[in-house]
Amino acid sequence: MVQTASFGQVRFARGRGGRVPRGLLLLAVPVTALLLLPVGYLLVRAAEADAGSWDLILRGRTVELALRSVALVTAVTGAAALIGVPLAWLTTRTDLPGKRVWAVLLSLPLVIPSYVGAFALLAAFGPRGLLQGSLERVFGVHRIPDISGFPGAFVSLTLFTYPYVFLLVAAALRGLDPSLEEASRSLGHSRWRTFRSVTLPLLRPSIAAGSLLVALYTLHDFGAVSLMRFNVFTQAIYLQYRGAFDRTPAAILSLMLIAIAGVILALERRARGKARYHRSGAGSARPAAAASLGRWKWVALSVCALVAAVAFVAPIAVIVFWLLRGIRAGGEAVLPWGAAGGSMVVAAGGAALALLAALPIALLSVRYRGRVGAATEALSYSGYALPGIVVALAFVFFAANFTPSLYQSLPLVVIAYAVLFLPQMSEPLRGSLLQVGPGIEEAGRALGRSRTKVFRVLTAPLIARGATAGAALVFLTSMKELPATLLLRPTGFETLATRVWTGASVGLFAKAAGPALMLIVICCVPLYILARRAEVDRVDVRAE
Amino acid sequence: MVALAGAIVLSAGACAGEGGATTADAEGSSGLTVYSGRDEEFVGPVFEAFTEDEGIELEVRYGDSAELAATILEEGESSPADVFLSQDAGSLGAVAEAGLFAQLDDEVLDRVDERFRSPDGLWVGTSGRARVAAYNTGALAEGDLPESIDGFTDPSWEGRIGFAPTNSSFQAFVAGMIETEGADATRSFLDGIVANEPNIYEDNSSTVRAVASGEIDVGFVNHYYIYEVAAEDGDIPVANHFFVGGDPGALVNTAGIGILETSDEAGAAATLVDYLTGKQGQTYFAEETYEYPVVAGIEPREDLVPLEEIESPELDLSDLGGTLEPALELLAEVGLL
Repeated sequence: MVQTASFGQVRFARGRGGRVPRGLLLLAVPVTALLLLPVGYLLVRAAEADAGSWDLILRGRTVELALRSVALVTAVTGAAALIGVPLAWLTTRTDLPGKRVWAVLLSLPLVIPSYVGAFALLAAFGPRGLLQGSLERVFGVHRIPDISGFPGAFVSLTLFTYPYVFLLVAAALRGLDPSLEEASRSLGHSRWRTFRSVTLPLLRPSIAAGSLLVALYTLHDFGAVSLMRFNVFTQAIYLQYRGAFDRTPAAILSLMLIAIAGVILALERRARGKARYHRSGAGSARPAAAASLGRWKWVALSVCALVAAVAFVAPIAVIVFWLLRGIRAGGEAVLPWGAAGGSMVVAAGGAALALLAALPIALLSVRYRGRVGAATEALSYSGYALPGIVVALAFVFFAANFTPSLYQSLPLVVIAYAVLFLPQMSEPLRGSLLQVGPGIEEAGRALGRSRTKVFRVLTAPLIARGATAGAALVFLTSMKELPATLLLRPTGFETLATRVWTGASVGLFAKAAGPALMLIVICCVPLYILARRAEVDRVDVRAE
Repeated sequence: MVALAGAIVLSAGACAGEGGATTADAEGSSGLTVYSGRDEEFVGPVFEAFTEDEGIELEVRYGDSAELAATILEEGESSPADVFLSQDAGSLGAVAEAGLFAQLDDEVLDRVDERFRSPDGLWVGTSGRARVAAYNTGALAEGDLPESIDGFTDPSWEGRIGFAPTNSSFQAFVAGMIETEGADATRSFLDGIVANEPNIYEDNSSTVRAVASGEIDVGFVNHYYIYEVAAEDGDIPVANHFFVGGDPGALVNTAGIGILETSDEAGAAATLVDYLTGKQGQTYFAEETYEYPVVAGIEPREDLVPLEEIESPELDLSDLGGTLEPALELLAEVGLL
């Protein structure tokens, strides 16, 4: 029942798995090729640069916008971790009343598209929103503080991205061996000291992974920041497409965005640490004893309720309000079932393809720690760091000119989703691979089983949790995706996100409300499955 | 797990195959592919009427005008599009400049007001929209409003005006003002407006709703929003005020259409352009989307100032995009963006 969680002095088993299997490398080649497309496109466009385009970039507010982006990313990531980690602990390790319900409720903000969420927040808490309206009626308050600008962008992005940290950390907490913490407690350490010196270090990879997803999401977001009128780097890129119609400066700016993402990635790799996180022995696979909250129970409940109210209930209430107002004015509730089906097909395809693409990369980088794996893995963040429009145009360029039969087809949309959201798959997958000791696989091999058989029988079931979490995340994000869907879909193909866009872009919120609600309801399903799965795992463990 | 994932991919592929088949069927009927930067809400019905009247099937791809223009530029010679219908002249100008539009018939070009077509005959306007001041008719009479938008910098308007600075039509107005009045004059105008503590809205319809509720007295919007909001919310006490004398506030922008050089359906494409700039198309835009017809002889809604009486500022609409960046910089500097 001994477990190594020794940090700092871990020997690195470089290339422990021995020679990299050729099959794995062969699988990684097409994935790498796909991931190279956006960067390749940007390099092609950037190569057309002349002095004029550089002048355009240097003359503008490029540096200022980059600094604003960095400030926003830092603030949102920090806040998301500060919200996500404690909530994850509360809902997995304490006697918080109704913690299973909270676990689902607190991950739900993830299903709200940030452009819808930001709009709803403005409608609810803006200077002339529903809140101010009721305050005026009751207390005669005419003005409340304006949330647009940095505060609005910061609040809305934090509220709609903290679930990345929350979900990954909660999953890690469930998978942690409680015996380490018990040992610390039995040595007389306080609960806080145990959390700080044992639990928190064990959570480092999941906190880092969740924060990375939050940081890169914030970096590439355009919808929420533009609604909140906070100018960041993505605005400079959009401006080149929308105003100047000049793709060369847009490409150079996009490459700069990738460079910023590279710095963030390097920071995450440092924060993640180089320790090993898998059990060396059998470990004790049982749930940890719940910490008693005592008098803090009410504080904890209020915090959970507040976060859920602002990040989930308020946006839903605003959307329902739009729907009802439209119906009252004589309109009909628009519930596009066909678009719902379309959304689910492409989002499920995106999740499945992302899993297929992420597996070889994760195996290469975790098991074999080779340069190929590391390089491909780093490359896999480039799509996620870019605004959807840039990746979409890259696929337009390559598909229209080189594979016309694939252009404007569903498979192309699915491929674009996988390239855009691969990190949401690879981060949880990587996390669960790190928890599987290579010793298990070596034992399997030693018993004469083939590599594929070992993977199928031993590794796959052990990393299923990470794969499910990743698939759910990619599915959710794909359901909400708009810019790439609009440009790459087959003509006439509708998703719920395109229907929301169709309604909202002409200011007819009644028309946008129906599809938005359907989108949110459908997205709740994978989150529910995730939560159920966590419960099932637990029951299995108890049964042993 | 992998087998499961594989099954999902295959089933997705199969669905995709079915989807692809239907697309192929539609292509089989020699339809015309239209990239539309105008929303289905506005142009869907007129496309249906066209198919009914002319017997030509349309495959319409909806999107944002500027993004569709960027798409056409990336597709280049391989573009599947036959026709590009855009919300604004800037996107048409970008495609024209890249040499991807074919020359239009003189007969079609000559119908349309010179302000609303390409000087080189590469695209033509389909409908116009005017910038106006929408005002609350309970709070103000027409005579209370200034003739120039600059009049709203007067301190008497403090706390009474509103607009949506993120809206592209508002930004085009600021770009137009820079073109005609210069950057310094535009800055002092914006400073004056900011000093009057305007209310900021997310979009034009919210601005009109705020005027209707009396939250503000005046909103800077496009002329047709008061009719759209009325269609969704019922009657509202709001009317349009038009600026005069070539005032930058009286900018009239145009939606327009062009035929792709690479189209293999040039005949059918020309029929669509003819239809939209002809009697049926122009009447549709006048009566259903409350926009301005751009062809002589078709009247706009009767409560609108006729297009020929609007003295819009003298500028090339397709060049406005180039001034967008300084416009946004200015808006950011004065704190509106």
